[in-house]
Amino acid sequence: MKIYLDNSATTPLNPHVLEAMLPFFTDKFGNASSIHSYGREANRAVSEAREIIAECINARPSEIYFTSGGTESDNWALKGAVYVSKNKYKHIITTQIEHPAILNTCAELEKQNVEITYMNPSNEGMINPKELSNLFTENTILTSIMFANNEIGTLQPIKEAARICREQSVLFHTDAVQAMDSQKIDVKELGIDMLSMSAHKFYGPKGIGVLFVKTGSRLGKLINGGEQERGLRAGTTPTPLIVGMAKALEISVRDREKNNQRILRLRNIFIDRVLSEIPYVYLNGNRENRLPNNVNLSFAFIEGESVLMRLDLAGIAVSSGSACASGSLEASHVILSLGVKEELAHSTIRFSLGVDTTEQQMDYVFNVLKKTVDDLRRMSPLYDYEKGIGSYV
Amino acid sequence: MYNDKVIEIFKNPKNIGDLKDANAIGTIGNASCGDIMQVFLKIENNVIVDAKFKTFGCAAAIAASSIATEMIIGKTVDEALTLKNADVVAELGGLPAQKIHCSVLAEEAIQAAIKDYKEKNNG
Repeated sequence: MKIYLDNSATTPLNPHVLEAMLPFFTDKFGNASSIHSYGREANRAVSEAREIIAECINARPSEIYFTSGGTESDNWALKGAVYVSKNKYKHIITTQIEHPAILNTCAELEKQNVEITYMNPSNEGMINPKELSNLFTENTILTSIMFANNEIGTLQPIKEAARICREQSVLFHTDAVQAMDSQKIDVKELGIDMLSMSAHKFYGPKGIGVLFVKTGSRLGKLINGGEQERGLRAGTTPTPLIVGMAKALEISVRDREKNNQRILRLRNIFIDRVLSEIPYVYLNGNRENRLPNNVNLSFAFIEGESVLMRLDLAGIAVSSGSACASGSLEASHVILSLGVKEELAHSTIRFSLGVDTTEQQMDYVFNVLKKTVDDLRRMSPLYDYEKGIGSYV
Repeated sequence: MYNDKVIEIFKNPKNIGDLKDANAIGTIGNASCGDIMQVFLKIENNVIVDAKFKTFGCAAAIAASSIATEMIIGKTVDEALTLKNADVVAELGGLPAQKIHCSVLAEEAIQAAIKDYKEKNNG
């Protein structure tokens, strides 16, 4: 049995999306910038796709800019805001739990003398937007807060944060890469200036994303070249990917409620079962304010990667919170920012459900997980297997 | 990332658990760094007659612990002291570069256990 529970890493391409994309690789291969009929055909498809995506988030088509994905959209939002700002000193506010696409862009901007403030989350992974008021300086040009966290799935109070920024005339950007599939996003209602998304997180193709930029927001260029995307993002228009992204988002919005309800139920049953039947397990992140498909658990006294590998050997794909870096294991910055101790942070596993996840699969996953935790604790120096008691030393 | 041999050993590690009549115990690493390796040895007449391990760590750490305990059973204490992390890596058929430190832990845990034995027997 093969079970994929890493849908926050990437999702499988929906076959209907592939079908919509295929003609644009072969028969309809024209360059959307060309004037002839081949070009016009591609251009029409791109325009339609732009309209569909705009409608899905209640934006104007002219506010949708295609990029290579979420990382580029994040880079562009931050660097673009810095490049265009006339302030002598520039200040950006973000959070400690952002994706590396934001955090490493901020680290790069710090080298260019941009000042960055990182907001701390609560121990449940929530950002308090009221803290923003104390953080603004006369140089603050932008606030960037993710819509939903990629590791623990916490949903942030975006509308309130955007309102507070608007009152201070500070641009507000949100990385909505993880949120797009399950959350209703209306950029007008939320008052967002910029928003990043990526198609492969909602059953679309890899290599394509969007940066929504509200009309009137000024943004510098990240990529120089031709005049594509109204002169702001150069590069030959990837027509098949754009068509696929629009189709995927259209399907995602259409099936959202149905999928959310089904996935949420499976997710909650799984969390309840794990917490009640396996000792020394902790749920990371707020239980309610959370993506419906996200489970993030720390299993005390055993290490995350070994859990991941054991599950993988049983055909189950999950993700571990630790990334192994140059000889030492580094625990996840997100889990640590919640105040979780390093030893427990190393024991973190993310399960992210998807449209293909079934009840049967989750039963199997639970059984394998229970045995895996048992097996690994049996060989853990931190756990007395006979007594069923563990402790950190 | 891992070769088949490492995966196979991780799946079915040998010599897991406490050794009730161990006369040497070595512990290396700490939980906050993500790995702890504990080696239990039973030494008779300067020969390691049995070895077991307990490890908190990744697949590589568990595989390295398993193979290292197998490699030293039947060896004299002095022979076991010559075991280097590179020998563990070679026996595993290689480890990814960022996992080499797991083999170093195995070497150090065995040395710590032997040090424990020597201290007990000289004192």
